[in-house]
Amino acid sequence: MNLHEHQGKELFRAAGIPVPPGEVARTAEEAVAIAGRLGYPAVVKAQVLIGGRGKAGGVKVVRTPEEMAREAGRILGMDIRGHTVHKVLVTPSAEIGLELYAGIVLDRKTETPLLMASPAGGIDIEEVARSTPEKILRLHLDQRGLPDYRARAAAQFLDPRWEVRKQLARVLVRLARVYREQDASLAEINPLVVTKKGEVWALDAKVVIDDNALDRHPELAEMRDLGAEDPGEVEARERGLSYVRLDGTIGCVVNGAGLAMATMDLIQYHGGKPANFLDIGGSSNPDKVTAAMNILTRDSRVRAVLFNIFGGITRCDDVARGLLTALDRIGTKTPIVIRLTGTNEAEARELLGARGMTALSDMDEAVRAVIARAAEAA
Amino acid sequence: MSILVGRGSRVLVQGITGRDGSFHALQMKEYGTKVVAGVTPGKGGTKVDGIPVFDSVEEAVARTKADVSVIYVPAALAQDAIYEAVDAEVPLVVCITEGIPARDMIDVAAYLKGKSTRLIGPNCPGLISPGQCKVGIMPGFIHSPGRVGLVSRSGTLTYEVVWQLTRAGMGQSTCIGIGGDPIVGTRFVDALALFQADDATDAIVLIGEIGGTDEEDAAALIERHVSKPVVAFIAGQTAPPGKRMGHAGAIVSGGAGTAQEKMARFERAGVPVAKVPSEIPGLIANALRAKRRPGLKLVGARSRARTASSAKAKARPTPRTKSGARKVSATMKPKAATQAKPSTRKRSSARTARAGRSPRR
Repeated sequence: MNLHEHQGKELFRAAGIPVPPGEVARTAEEAVAIAGRLGYPAVVKAQVLIGGRGKAGGVKVVRTPEEMAREAGRILGMDIRGHTVHKVLVTPSAEIGLELYAGIVLDRKTETPLLMASPAGGIDIEEVARSTPEKILRLHLDQRGLPDYRARAAAQFLDPRWEVRKQLARVLVRLARVYREQDASLAEINPLVVTKKGEVWALDAKVVIDDNALDRHPELAEMRDLGAEDPGEVEARERGLSYVRLDGTIGCVVNGAGLAMATMDLIQYHGGKPANFLDIGGSSNPDKVTAAMNILTRDSRVRAVLFNIFGGITRCDDVARGLLTALDRIGTKTPIVIRLTGTNEAEARELLGARGMTALSDMDEAVRAVIARAAEAA
Repeated sequence: MSILVGRGSRVLVQGITGRDGSFHALQMKEYGTKVVAGVTPGKGGTKVDGIPVFDSVEEAVARTKADVSVIYVPAALAQDAIYEAVDAEVPLVVCITEGIPARDMIDVAAYLKGKSTRLIGPNCPGLISPGQCKVGIMPGFIHSPGRVGLVSRSGTLTYEVVWQLTRAGMGQSTCIGIGGDPIVGTRFVDALALFQADDATDAIVLIGEIGGTDEEDAAALIERHVSKPVVAFIAGQTAPPGKRMGHAGAIVSGGAGTAQEKMARFERAGVPVAKVPSEIPGLIANALRAKRRPGLKLVGARSRARTASSAKAKARPTPRTKSGARKVSATMKPKAATQAKPSTRKRSSARTARAGRSPRR
């Protein structure tokens, strides 16, 4: 789960990482009122769950209440790479001396958290990694977390001045603590700034929480911003489905994540475009199939739907029953192509046959069929 | 023969009184697996389908000599269940559980270093040596005994491919689902090394997906140390960046971990990459045919490996094979190969079901 900047900063603040004061506004008036309290010059920052806000014009420094009203009004409601801005963070502008980078990710290769620190902050760290990899220090964290002496060494790489180094080391130790204690899969400060007076501040916060750990962090689970997510994805999650919206016209309902990906790929291979990734999981609960059909048929781009079910522990006849129940409930006109193989395949065919429906058994054949149906429906 | 599990494997089920545990314990038993014990704390002394239940893994192992544990407990209890099996020195632990927090697995991975236990999973379907032993949740009937090894990060996609192999007359030595999480106990490189050293495996199917670099590591290993033919398939070519595709580990992040990169890397390593799953049986058949024909490239190394594999069970692997396998265990993970030895007895039956012969047209 991605956190907004202001939510990440709250976690940082609670962990003792210096974060400038700031408040969230949902209207231009609120933004002006907040800046009045915190002082000018101020920064107004779009709160969206996607990178590249600055480049898109979602971050502005303003010097007067009039300017704030204009800029906040412009940013609120703007679209940043498909994400609508519903709120902005208002914060005092800092006198930046140096822009540094500090971030922790899970390194799958070593199976440990990896701290990356760089004196080249303020820009995309992946860009730094490509163009000047020598400017990134990489430290693998073990079960001790980040001992102070390693933090001091890392801090020296960022800024050798002793007074600054001490502060930076503290920030790194605390960042490592946040990463572990909050079950983050990413905790990033970019930029981590040193002001002209030599003070260290986290000017941004990008935190991603491991979805599998949300059960033990109810306070983080509550931070989820449903308004910032795709409605289909929100509904799918509530129904225990795994769904990702894509750009195509062919909806797919599949059991299992790997087979679901392979189905999307096969649709593209045969010349179609998948409208989604959707894994109904191992269950053949009719409610899940209904929820899946609801999400797909509400999507106006979807011209045909493919069911691709490999019956193992999931029984084909259960899925067929779920599908028939779903069709009774929602009565869609969208063409449906069904592919069933495996456990209780014959029973499933019988159930579908009684309702005038047929099922294919080969995956390639089914994909070609659904592409043809989508083309007819276009 | 087969790898990791065979006819002699003695399986214990952690979480046997739960819904999934009890259902799959019975399924495994019906397949012919020796399910010798179950563990659920507080339920010791009871039975599930005639299988004795114990309060602890230690007790179950002491009483039943179980040498494989399969874990079906909920995600919040899974780390503890793995620790319990490792501390009881169970040689092979298979964790089916999905949804374990990454932090729990970071700690497990660190704890496993230097231990003799091999972990498979989590978030995996388990593994099966067809006709001998099934440990996990895969439908048994789609498999058939034979000589193709299969390793995959997925569940149902694996079933799809296994089913296509079976229908093409290509039975399997062992099929391993290594799991869809970012941190798993056994990776592609580990499984490849085991298949390379296995006399009963002639060719290997590797099914990868987006996210991480385990496929790239596998390609590098194949270049240097795997003489048996390998065919790869990668799922997720159409996956958008930054989105998790069902599996916790299936995500393209920062432009890395794409299907295209992985496919290109395999091709550079000389590994045929199937564009669609239905190409896999044909590619395997081609690779096996090419291997049998003399005068082709790599014939030296491969024919030697072939000789070794057709010799008796105790045949010495070629020097290349041996150093390859050793190198893997030294550099990748200090784990002992927990081979199920008793399956050697049934070599003759495995050989009669040899795959890769029938599809010759």
